[in-house]
Amino acid sequence: MTRIIASKEFRTYFYSPVAYIWMLTFVVLVNWFFFRMFFITRQADMRPLFSLMPWFLLFLIPAATMGKWAEERKLGTMELLLTLPVTSRDAVMGKFWGCVGLVATALLLTLPLPLTVSTLGQMDWGPVMGGYLGLLLLSSAYLAIGLFVSSVTQNQIIAFVLGILGCFALYVTSESLVTAVLPSFLAPIAEYVGASYHFDSIGRGVVDSRDLIYFVSVTGFFLWCNWRVIETRR
Amino acid sequence: MIEVVGIQKSFGDVAAVRDISFSISKGEVVGLLGPNGAGKTTTMRILTGYLTADTGRAVIAGENVATHSLAARRKIGYLPESAPLYTDMEVTAFLSYVGRLRGIPSDQIHAAIGKVVASCGLRSVVGRDISELSKGYKQRVGLAQALIHEPEVLILDEPTSGLDPNQIIEIRKLITDLGRERTVILSTHILQEVEAMCGRALIMRQGRIVGQGTLSELAALRTGKAHYTALIRAAEKSIREEIDQCHGLALHGIRAVDGNEWQHVELTGAANGNDGEKIFQWVVANGWQLRELRAEAASLEDTFRELTQ
Repeated sequence: MTRIIASKEFRTYFYSPVAYIWMLTFVVLVNWFFFRMFFITRQADMRPLFSLMPWFLLFLIPAATMGKWAEERKLGTMELLLTLPVTSRDAVMGKFWGCVGLVATALLLTLPLPLTVSTLGQMDWGPVMGGYLGLLLLSSAYLAIGLFVSSVTQNQIIAFVLGILGCFALYVTSESLVTAVLPSFLAPIAEYVGASYHFDSIGRGVVDSRDLIYFVSVTGFFLWCNWRVIETRR
Repeated sequence: MIEVVGIQKSFGDVAAVRDISFSISKGEVVGLLGPNGAGKTTTMRILTGYLTADTGRAVIAGENVATHSLAARRKIGYLPESAPLYTDMEVTAFLSYVGRLRGIPSDQIHAAIGKVVASCGLRSVVGRDISELSKGYKQRVGLAQALIHEPEVLILDEPTSGLDPNQIIEIRKLITDLGRERTVILSTHILQEVEAMCGRALIMRQGRIVGQGTLSELAALRTGKAHYTALIRAAEKSIREEIDQCHGLALHGIRAVDGNEWQHVELTGAANGNDGEKIFQWVVANGWQLRELRAEAASLEDTFRELTQ
């Protein structure tokens, strides 16, 4: 069931120009920022790019998720979906994997970048693969937040803005600007709770199970919240 | 097939459904009638598992909709009010999606789509996006998705709303055909709909069932007066004078037709009596002529008005 819903959700993006515009924006931004830095630093290094990506995902991901539940509510198709013999869990996970499919496709489309760069200079592949893995994990967490806020409103604009705020809060909690002003006993907690710390850690090319557990838990938590909202709606 | 016992549902302070019970057996087509806001949609949403009742029990094809929701939902085909559809999908892609989720194996899905496309008259719109379709076709796509898995129970919320008269007749025929093998419950506020399709009706008002039974049983429920019209050749004055002889009947209206020779007379009598014979005798006794005598059939409309006002 999850697979059927996921494939429909993924394909739905392509029924309208949404997917094309979304991926085009993504790829153009990535290329622009990469080459701007590439020609300044003249190093075959993707890390400056990876450190910027969480900031555009902050806007792009809520744009991809804002309609997922809000639209179903508005069109009344929620009633259709929830009276089909599918569990709320299937519906939530289906939408989630459909969105992951879109982000993964967009990330695949950026692969020519590292491939081109590796022909120009000595490329350290560890951080590149770590960077991609980190982006996928961070995107999953952002997607779960975006889907959750989409489920609490029928207004897409509200879902979009709340999604940005939610993702932003998750990401910056572990930034040094935040941890520096917190009382010393809170700082390590904030560092663990925030996504930027774990994202940077994976981006170094060393995959630590604690970072994986962190992203899986955050994603799971927001998907659970989404599931709760749908269940209590019944 | 459908068994509802003591269902209640409130939204905040507003009681939408108050303690309703009914049962529907296999192969029946039952109409759920009532004015807007009577609780028809809420009742259907409870049956289909979209809403959970506050108290009470609903069982569909042996499955409790609250405790065995998935099993119950598998046996139901549901057309929600105003047929919400994924408008950006193509007709057969949408039917395939719903069919798959309703448990049709992938090797049988094409046959199932072909069947509903034929039975719902969708051939001419295959290949088009649902958003491009007219209201009537959208309604048919909604019906097709409810039928695709050949459910035992069909729950249709205002299946003919927004259709033109020709489309209404087609949909009614389709539902009547379906009703031969399946149990159908449909809601409407159009009385002719019930007369055309349903063997039985439940009349709801303010969240309660205020009348139920076959159409003739419902018509007999009414407490108002029976109406008769007669075309009598007599002077208006004498009819007015002699009306007292006709016991139990009252003159409701009289007007001259055909150049004052004939009178169009409206009489009212007791609700369930048959006073036609009495009227005939009365005319004969006075030596008048009778050209026409008609008893207005006790209609569902009268019962509906009485029960819901």
